[in-house]
Amino acid sequence: MNIVLRVWRQESPGSGGGFVDHPLSDVDPGWMLLEALDVLNEKLVARDRRPIAFDSDCREGICGACGVVVNGRPHGGMPHATTCELSVGAALASAPRPTNGAGVITLEPFRTGAFPVVCDLVVDRGALDRVIMAGGFVTVRTGSAPEANTIPIPKADADPALDAAACIGCGACVAACPNGSAALFAGAKASHLGRLPQGKPEQGRRALSLVRALDDAGFGACSLHGECEAVCPKDIRTDVIARLNRDALRARIRGR
Amino acid sequence: MSAELQPGVPSGPIAGKWTRRRAELALVGPVQKRRHRVVVVGSGLAGASAAASLSELGYETLCLCFQDSPRRAHSVAAQGGINAAKNYQNDGDSVERLFRDTLKGGDFRSREANVYRLAELSNGIVDQAVAQGVPFAREYGGALANRSFGGALVSRTFYSRGQTGQQLLLGAYQAVAKEAARGGLTLLARREMLDLIVVDGRARGVVARNLVSGALETHLADAVVLATGGYANVYHLSTNARGSNATAIWRAYRRGAAFANPCFVQFHPTCLPVSGEHQAKLTLMSESLRNDGRVWVPGQAGDGRRPEDIPEDERDYYLERLYPRYGNLAARDVASRAAKVVCDEGRGVAPGGRAVFLDLRDAVDRVGAGALRERYGNLFEMYERIVGDDPLRTPLRIYPAAHYTMGGLWVDYDLMTTIPGLFAAGEANFSDHGANRLGASALMQTLADGYFIVPPSVGNYLATARLSPVSEATSEVRDAVASAESRIGALVGSRGGLPAAQFHRALGDLLWNHCGLARSEAGLVAALRQIDELRGRFWRDVRVPGSGASFNQELERAGRVADFLELAELMCIDAVARDESAGCHLREEHQTQDGEPRRDDAHFAHVAAWMHTAGGAPPRRLIEPLVFEAAPLEVRSYR
Repeated sequence: MNIVLRVWRQESPGSGGGFVDHPLSDVDPGWMLLEALDVLNEKLVARDRRPIAFDSDCREGICGACGVVVNGRPHGGMPHATTCELSVGAALASAPRPTNGAGVITLEPFRTGAFPVVCDLVVDRGALDRVIMAGGFVTVRTGSAPEANTIPIPKADADPALDAAACIGCGACVAACPNGSAALFAGAKASHLGRLPQGKPEQGRRALSLVRALDDAGFGACSLHGECEAVCPKDIRTDVIARLNRDALRARIRGR
Repeated sequence: MSAELQPGVPSGPIAGKWTRRRAELALVGPVQKRRHRVVVVGSGLAGASAAASLSELGYETLCLCFQDSPRRAHSVAAQGGINAAKNYQNDGDSVERLFRDTLKGGDFRSREANVYRLAELSNGIVDQAVAQGVPFAREYGGALANRSFGGALVSRTFYSRGQTGQQLLLGAYQAVAKEAARGGLTLLARREMLDLIVVDGRARGVVARNLVSGALETHLADAVVLATGGYANVYHLSTNARGSNATAIWRAYRRGAAFANPCFVQFHPTCLPVSGEHQAKLTLMSESLRNDGRVWVPGQAGDGRRPEDIPEDERDYYLERLYPRYGNLAARDVASRAAKVVCDEGRGVAPGGRAVFLDLRDAVDRVGAGALRERYGNLFEMYERIVGDDPLRTPLRIYPAAHYTMGGLWVDYDLMTTIPGLFAAGEANFSDHGANRLGASALMQTLADGYFIVPPSVGNYLATARLSPVSEATSEVRDAVASAESRIGALVGSRGGLPAAQFHRALGDLLWNHCGLARSEAGLVAALRQIDELRGRFWRDVRVPGSGASFNQELERAGRVADFLELAELMCIDAVARDESAGCHLREEHQTQDGEPRRDDAHFAHVAAWMHTAGGAPPRRLIEPLVFEAAPLEVRSYR
């Protein structure tokens, strides 16, 4: 079939950008969307035109590198899937009705103040790393760990800790949020570590640092729209935000 | 043995070697440590664990990664688990047994002392990860849970559902974040190493390209650690992430680091089959599924029935038939080759006939669908999303794919390459897996290297090395920058009209056919001729739009393909020279009647390490003989 990829093209952070229609013929709806972009790029290169820049690495939904707003939805709106797990057929399903027989798939970068556009669909998500650097860790040196089974961890704590730790840091939650908040991302880290005995000693300090870092990195405030949860490819729930806020409030009251 | 390869294995009984070596290693004083700068290239499990640990010790540490965040390194995609000899299951495991399983799994082509140390360090890794908050699977009582992997009769694999690599990487990444926050470590994302700086024969830094601005940067240092992963992407279609590449280790080879056993490549038996020519990569289904799944094909060639319509007595559970003791848990190279054999017989399953079934039906009957979802939930979701079948109702279709490279930079017992001051860790080195790696051992090796071996080894080097001052103006530094510039210039200056991906696909087909699951001298010689010809066409016909002075992903890709085109040649040269079969390396000329690899210990019980020679002369083959004292050579059998 024939499709049109309507892509945000922007050469550099400082330059202006705009949508450009790239028609692509002989597409199989079973192709992955990013494979269609690969094919289009090879055609562009052969004509000595600048290929479309986009981030992607593992192509199986775990590295968090890919992140495109597809037809207005971060990662295209398929439940629990990243952009690289989206087929052309699935992307067309959420596209407007075909015009002139060809379906149009619109691709834009994750847009939010804290993620400046680098080139086309590539953004700078370094702000997420800066949040983790503020306190998203357990302070333990290599070599000073006790024997692994010394502290039993009930399955009822270990499982939800892993649910929260499943965050891949893609930034879709920020892109979906009307405020550009990364509360789901920071909350996931607070919940992952706060659920485990190893993370308890720094729980309050961590929560305060994370909350402060969110502001410093330029993310907006959370007003519980819930858009983040709806687009999260790893099904992280907004209860992690409540936990972060509770931990931070408790730490403030206790003064640590 | 060649004088250029000095393994430096400590003397004495194997169980005391590492303890002795640690006691001998020279130490750097706390004040001196701050004055030494170490560059770590790569931020996966090996790189992040090494960088964080070096920074904790007090070295000024710089960590580079080509992704936009260290958390995205390809270690993140490891699914199944990490081995450790804890013997929590009371099933007879021990350091000795993990050592022997790993050595045997590698078909006796690895250095015994390294493998023993790996087994020894395995337990500390799990301790370290738990302390960092890695949420491993737990029993209801709160103790850590285990599962089984191929090549082992004990249950020693620790896991976090099907995302163990991700969780271990987050542990190491958070350790990096902790050190960055403290100020001991500087993290530079979107940087790609393009050359190694060697001054007075010692590694003194790297030339890297800032992938956003396009600027070439020099990062000078007193020691360099390469933790840049493997080169399975040389096959184009592999389970590796799209960006995984060999450029860093290949540039190090070109600067004088020996490259060991390049032909040793692992084909993982449980991947999704190739589905079309536009496919970007192959998806792995964790080997842990072989715990509960049974692998089979129809007994008769050309059987077009649906799997559920084929009665029990017309199915061939060929792994269980051929290898009754290990069954579906036979080592990876064995399972992969067996799949190729049954498909070559025409018994592969549709579509395309290059796939076998992995059937969970009996496991559903035994433990129930709920328990299986608990174990493999995210894998089932991934499979269903890609293939459209529910693996609990219809058997999975799987086939081998290029996955892991046991070969890599030659390193001594301290993980130092033949270039003093250049260390290699994780998949980038050749050290521990011989001719085949066991499942759940890659994560173990990366973290043993990064947390526990590289930090004291680097210290020992810095304490004893006499380093001359180096600056941007040093001629070797300027030469390295100029050589990176000229390669970029050649790529963007080529006036052809074909994207690099086309050459990569052609190279992948060629290697898959001639240097893949089975190799022959005639095929390899033909491949060498074709690679040479393909490389000529690449430099004539490639097109890279844009310039080197800006964000340019096509330039990144083309540079990586150019290096793969050189590395592929060395792989085939090595495969010809290793005139025996061992583990993954099946030379058709050397197999038993049952199609098992036949080793030639009299002539090939050694590591082949290749040295680059200037001026286009063939590389030199150096030999490190392998001695087996603690675990005598035996014929590997999983029957």
